Amino acid sequence: MSILKADNVSIRYITGDFKDIGLKEYVVRRLQGRYKVTEFWADRHVSFSLERGDMLGIIGTNGAGKSTLLKAVSGIMVPTEGHMEIHGSIAALLELASGFDGDLTVRENTYLRGAMLGYTRKFMDEKYEEIIDFAELKDFQERPFKQLSSGMKSRLAFSIACLVSPDILILDEVLSVGDGAFRKKSGNKMREILNSGVTGILVSHSLSQVREMCNKILWLDHGKQIAFTDEVGLYCDAYEEFLLTKKLPQSREQVEQLARALAVRKQKEKEKEEHTEAQRLEAVLEEGTSEAAVQAALSILNKKRPDLLAKTTDSPAQVTADIPQAKG
Amino acid sequence: MQKRWFLFEELVKRDFKEKYKRTVLGMGWSLLSPLLTLLVMKLVFTQFFGRTTPYYTIYLFSGNIVLAWFKESTKHGMNSLLHNAKIFTKINVPKYLFLFSKNVSSAVNFALTLVVYFLFCILDGISFGPHMLALLYPVACLLAFNLGMGLILSAMFVFFRDVKYLYDVFLTLLTYLSAIFYTVDSFPPAVQNLFLLNPVYCYIKYFRVVVIDGNIPSLAFHLLCAFYAVTLLLIGGAIYKKYNHKFLYYV
Repeated sequence: MSILKADNVSIRYITGDFKDIGLKEYVVRRLQGRYKVTEFWADRHVSFSLERGDMLGIIGTNGAGKSTLLKAVSGIMVPTEGHMEIHGSIAALLELASGFDGDLTVRENTYLRGAMLGYTRKFMDEKYEEIIDFAELKDFQERPFKQLSSGMKSRLAFSIACLVSPDILILDEVLSVGDGAFRKKSGNKMREILNSGVTGILVSHSLSQVREMCNKILWLDHGKQIAFTDEVGLYCDAYEEFLLTKKLPQSREQVEQLARALAVRKQKEKEKEEHTEAQRLEAVLEEGTSEAAVQAALSILNKKRPDLLAKTTDSPAQVTADIPQAKG
Repeated sequence: MQKRWFLFEELVKRDFKEKYKRTVLGMGWSLLSPLLTLLVMKLVFTQFFGRTTPYYTIYLFSGNIVLAWFKESTKHGMNSLLHNAKIFTKINVPKYLFLFSKNVSSAVNFALTLVVYFLFCILDGISFGPHMLALLYPVACLLAFNLGMGLILSAMFVFFRDVKYLYDVFLTLLTYLSAIFYTVDSFPPAVQNLFLLNPVYCYIKYFRVVVIDGNIPSLAFHLLCAFYAVTLLLIGGAIYKKYNHKFLYYV
């Protein structure tokens, strides 16, 4: 049975100047029939389902509806149409550092955040030391939160959120927290959690991260679902190419085309890179005194491609043809 | 349930620390304002109404503490939702808890002024008796009424930011309509009954009947007090239920 299932989920946002007009203006506009809100669908007909242990990567450009979808999964929003089926507890790590109270101390904020995430006091009493240790804030426990640096803040937020053992873990661009050392530590912690069989959803603009960690992919574009698939490699390739060409694939064939186009492009880039490298080296050699340059070229050939030199002595005519290849 | 209670406790702690800023005098200061209001009213209005009204100080004070609680609770309550927007747009928490925790500090404040109120009662020679326990009833009603009003206002404030100013105007009008410093006796009976449309006036009246007259109001009056409280609480609850997931569009 799937642990998380989105069934034809659509989420509608309303926008317009209704935020700024106030009650008086609202009444006036209502009476004049000028009151308008614009609706737009942040997500339209999105369906996917996850089994226990799955790691879903959600990819898509800005404004694709990724964060909105996560909000629906974590229960902050409800789908306008369709529905979510969730079996298990959810921990959502969305924009970690916001929502703390600057005047409270680190300790108080830790408890408050724990309470918001739905832990019990007993659980927090047990885990408090561990959280502070992990966040490396032992000397700051009684400091007002506003005195902390922003890195420290996100460290604390990450530590609190990661101590749960949820059934479903939602990660929105949070894999890079704090300075280098902590980033490594948090990355390890994250992998440890993910390896423990939790179901995860990852939103990341780093495709290599998605390729590495996810076994399923949901591709959204302007709220529309382009694909939900377990062919992570193929679709990541296609998405990467799409980022350049901005042409959405309409069918599986086109997806494969995109992926192939990427491979071709990658190959070309590689060749080009190697070509420029060759030119650079050649320039270096040219600059040297001509005899030394030739000597250097020869000694490199000797070391790396003695077969070429051997050929040269056989038939001098071939040298010109072979040398560029050797550089390549 | 246990988890919600934990969150509620932590929110209450936060609000207290925010309000008193960890100062020793914090609570003392919040007593000062109602006492000063009382002093000024006593000085000014004794001249006009004090001579004919028995226990005029207590009469004033009854009106003041009830109205002050209502004002403080609803004004702070109005802010509670928007103030915590950063939290409920990121974490799925029961939103009414923000309002409830804010109301705890207002209620504690009220309890403190109530102590001073009873001191004044003793000074003024009011006779104490078991009938004073009846005051628990309007206090309970007021608590529910304040919560209901807070729910409505905090939701409206999310949708319409100018509610703040409109509500200030409303409160000023309410102050004059609640017979704080004058008595309604000089109005014709029909007009006197109109005052009962004002819930705050009803709760003030309850206090005065019990403390000054030493009586317990009629059953109908009890029902009226409960009616206002329950109605507002239901309306507020319904609004929160309906818009629970829509607030975040507006913040």
